[in-house]
Amino acid sequence: MPAGLLTINIDQRGPAMVVTPIGDIGYTEAKPFQEALRSANEKKTPLLVVDLSKVEYINTPGLATLVEALQRTKSRGAKLALAGLSPKVKSIIDLTRLNTVFSIVPDVEAGLQL
Amino acid sequence: MNASPIVKLQMQSDPMLLSGAREMVSWIARRSGFSDMDCSQIALALDEALCNVFRHGYDRQTDRPIWVSIWSEAGTAGNAESPPRIRIEIEDEARQVDPEKIKSRDLDDVRPGGLGVHIIKQVMDEATYAQRPGQGMKLTMFKQGAGPKSALPGASCRCENDEPCCNDAASEKTKSSKEVA
Repeated sequence: MPAGLLTINIDQRGPAMVVTPIGDIGYTEAKPFQEALRSANEKKTPLLVVDLSKVEYINTPGLATLVEALQRTKSRGAKLALAGLSPKVKSIIDLTRLNTVFSIVPDVEAGLQL
Repeated sequence: MNASPIVKLQMQSDPMLLSGAREMVSWIARRSGFSDMDCSQIALALDEALCNVFRHGYDRQTDRPIWVSIWSEAGTAGNAESPPRIRIEIEDEARQVDPEKIKSRDLDDVRPGGLGVHIIKQVMDEATYAQRPGQGMKLTMFKQGAGPKSALPGASCRCENDEPCCNDAASEKTKSSKEVA
């Protein structure tokens, strides 16, 4: 799913949906990212893994989209994990203390073990 | 810093221009000798500030003016007394608000949105909002890097795989000192 400078892949891997954005997630990319996460959530799998290993930049509209996805996932009793954070993305998540609310795992494989 | 900015850019309040603005300020910061992580955070601060103007100041109108001015000073190689510095001013003609009321929200209240001001104040050393005379708002942000290793004028601080490099370690030290203070 290309969305401007962002490409988003959505795959089902066993009992999990894996959403993989590739590129920067800024103001204009947050909307298609939100749509992809909503679409993945609608599959109602017990686990949603967001693979951020190919994202070097995310701003607050992107973070808001992740928080919304977490709330939707939790509301249906499922889990959400963020995988493969680059140091820059991790620093932004840490700055906003969202590291305390998300399950953060080194990579997708670890996320699939949740 | 010099009286005149090295860049004074007038742009429209169009979010499509954000990535270009980020690239520009990141490039200027890199040339000044800021670490790779600092460059990324300075770009983030500019991005968040512009997003706030688009969304809250101009209610998502895409044809209103924004002015971005940047002053920077390159650090001197091997001289911790001469760190890189950058000042960014963002001005607009949006509706005026009381600067005292521009605050970050409670981070314990986990919900989408409202984190831009918090990020700006965290990653920059100073961030001050003011009303412009007549109309609009002005945000002034300032950041100083740590003593550079490779901040020759025009030099680029390239860090591979985001390993600590250039002045990252010293930058952490500076932040720790600030937090203690």
